[in-house]
Amino acid sequence: MVKEKRIGTGKTIFLLLLSCTSLCGFLSAAAQDRIKIELNMGQERPRIAVADFKAANADAQTAPLNTVFNQTLWNDLDNAGIFDLVAKSFYPSQTPGQPSELNAKAWGDPPPNAGVLTFGNLGVNSGKVDVQGWLYDVKNPGAPQILGKQYKEDATPDMARTIAHRFADEIIARLGSGIAGIAESQIYFVSNRSGNKEIWSMDYDGANQKQVTKLGSIALSPRISPDGSRLAFSGLTKDSWQIMMYSLELNRTVAFPRAGGDNFSPAWASDGTKIAFSSSMHSGLSEIFIADANGAGARRLSTGKGDVSPVFNPKTNGQIAWVSGRTGLPQIYVMDADGSNVQKMTDQGYAVSPAWSPNGLLLAFAWVRNYGPGVLGGSDIYLMDIASRQIIQLTHDGGRNDFPSWSPDGRHVVFQSNRTGNEQVWSVLADGTHLQQLTRQGRNSQPNWSFK
Amino acid sequence: MNKSKSNRIVVLGVLALLMVASGCKKKETAPPPPPPPKAVVANLSANPASIQAGQSATLTWSTENATDVALDGNKVDPSGSQTVSPTQTTTYHLAAKGASGTQEATAQVEVAAKPTPTPTPAPTPSNVTDEQLFAQMVKDVYFDYDKADLRPDGQQALAQAAQLIKQKGWKVQIEGNCDDRGSTEYNLSLGEHRADSAKQALIRNGIGADAIKTISYGKEKPQCSEANEDCWQKNRRDHFTLLH
Repeated sequence: MVKEKRIGTGKTIFLLLLSCTSLCGFLSAAAQDRIKIELNMGQERPRIAVADFKAANADAQTAPLNTVFNQTLWNDLDNAGIFDLVAKSFYPSQTPGQPSELNAKAWGDPPPNAGVLTFGNLGVNSGKVDVQGWLYDVKNPGAPQILGKQYKEDATPDMARTIAHRFADEIIARLGSGIAGIAESQIYFVSNRSGNKEIWSMDYDGANQKQVTKLGSIALSPRISPDGSRLAFSGLTKDSWQIMMYSLELNRTVAFPRAGGDNFSPAWASDGTKIAFSSSMHSGLSEIFIADANGAGARRLSTGKGDVSPVFNPKTNGQIAWVSGRTGLPQIYVMDADGSNVQKMTDQGYAVSPAWSPNGLLLAFAWVRNYGPGVLGGSDIYLMDIASRQIIQLTHDGGRNDFPSWSPDGRHVVFQSNRTGNEQVWSVLADGTHLQQLTRQGRNSQPNWSFK
Repeated sequence: MNKSKSNRIVVLGVLALLMVASGCKKKETAPPPPPPPKAVVANLSANPASIQAGQSATLTWSTENATDVALDGNKVDPSGSQTVSPTQTTTYHLAAKGASGTQEATAQVEVAAKPTPTPTPAPTPSNVTDEQLFAQMVKDVYFDYDKADLRPDGQQALAQAAQLIKQKGWKVQIEGNCDDRGSTEYNLSLGEHRADSAKQALIRNGIGADAIKTISYGKEKPQCSEANEDCWQKNRRDHFTLLH
């Protein structure tokens, strides 16, 4: 039984529900619906061949940087989740380094049977790395060029990776329904590897992990600003938790007003003008507040108990999802950004850590669905279609999975999981495939994906 | 008697009965309905059900038709026994999971507080510091899983502590803590609620609100890091410190 369902007005996501309503009858309670999210508009996935770039000269740095570049480009296109990558074993023996060397038919015909081919060359000249890259439609008899790009940067492995990310994002934007790639995005997270919990950053693929804060106590809940310039987080001071602000331009903590009581779990509006957070300043219990981005004019939105983890609808900034323990175990709620029109979104188990998808249509959250003392079962990541309240399960692999956060293109979710025995950061495509562990050193949690 | 033959007859009889009962049209292709899964049975008992702190009790359990059995979240044999020495009254939960669903059973071990000498506010020996006296008299209070309301033992302890705090004119900080099973951010708000519960109890017992400060540590400052109920219980607490 295949039901196809299109979510809202979304151009990019379909739900295919393989349910067993008519087959199962009384067994339906035990049977889990199998659901698939299509990431690419239901179109056929472009079949892309990714030829290794050729070394343009014999400089000692050329070969190692070319290796870094080729690996990064392949991984970025693979991670994108919207291509079929042609296996390298099918490639013709002659690889072009520039358009004059291209034999399009050898790539477009079987066995490679590629639709598009990317190729180019890389060379180091007096401390600079030069990259020329192309994308060609090799199925078309005229083999038209889709993309031609040139890059010149300092000859370092980091810059070779950066150039590969930029070129990959160009290809993804061109072939992936116009949605920008994420290869240059950043993920912020909490790590204890310095000895206490601080905020760290890494590239979207787990490379380049760096410590950001040096608070020396406990730093939690990193939330990067929409323009990527400031990082809000919760920091433990001598006598309370306070929302703190770190400038990634000045590389230091900048002033943010202290409030009474404990203040934690900040969230940015996607236009960067507002911050929501949880505070006990009013009643001694945690409630949701909203303030200007500089912390001024804080006002209370919710009057619950155990109100925490707000997140704005990034499409409109007109709604906030959050967690409340007002009826016992924590559940997900949604309200308008002025505190009105409260709706309870989940009604069972232990539901926390909502994350609103960039297109405004889905909530990711962590859920112990069948919750109770002694009940076997962990916390998994689920996705809810807000309009229909239909829920699908994204992780199935055991352990405690928590703190989902969406990639800017809405195709990936990063989250924390202790499935290997301790907490690490993982990413997965929103259709449940391409699961990857991004951190390995120390304990790492609460990932937050940049807005772009 | 041939037992398997008689079983087969019974099964055929049941099948025939089902077909009649459901008014099934006679179709030779209709498959027989699968037998319903056997009901899961779970029993849990504690002996003795009431102990003094420091003594131990034995938990005994048995299950039927269960594939997964867990005692307070830890996987155990389908039946067995275990010795426990809770320091507080504790309810143990047995969950047995089988084809037909999950069955739960609970048993409580009541822990009677050791007869403690009633607090002697005065005269205080001069060689005892305020910090020592505070630590001795204002003890941690503990909470049930995912709960923020004070248990009777906590209410009683705080009523006693309040007398001394009032008499001494102390200022106190209440630190709410959680075990490590919940989510980081929600646990901060739960710890906040636990600290506030103790604050309200002290206020009811005559302490001024301005003499009390609260903070939540969520699950960030555990006392104990093992994954078992004894340890989790130690972490679900309000801790009190003397402010200067």
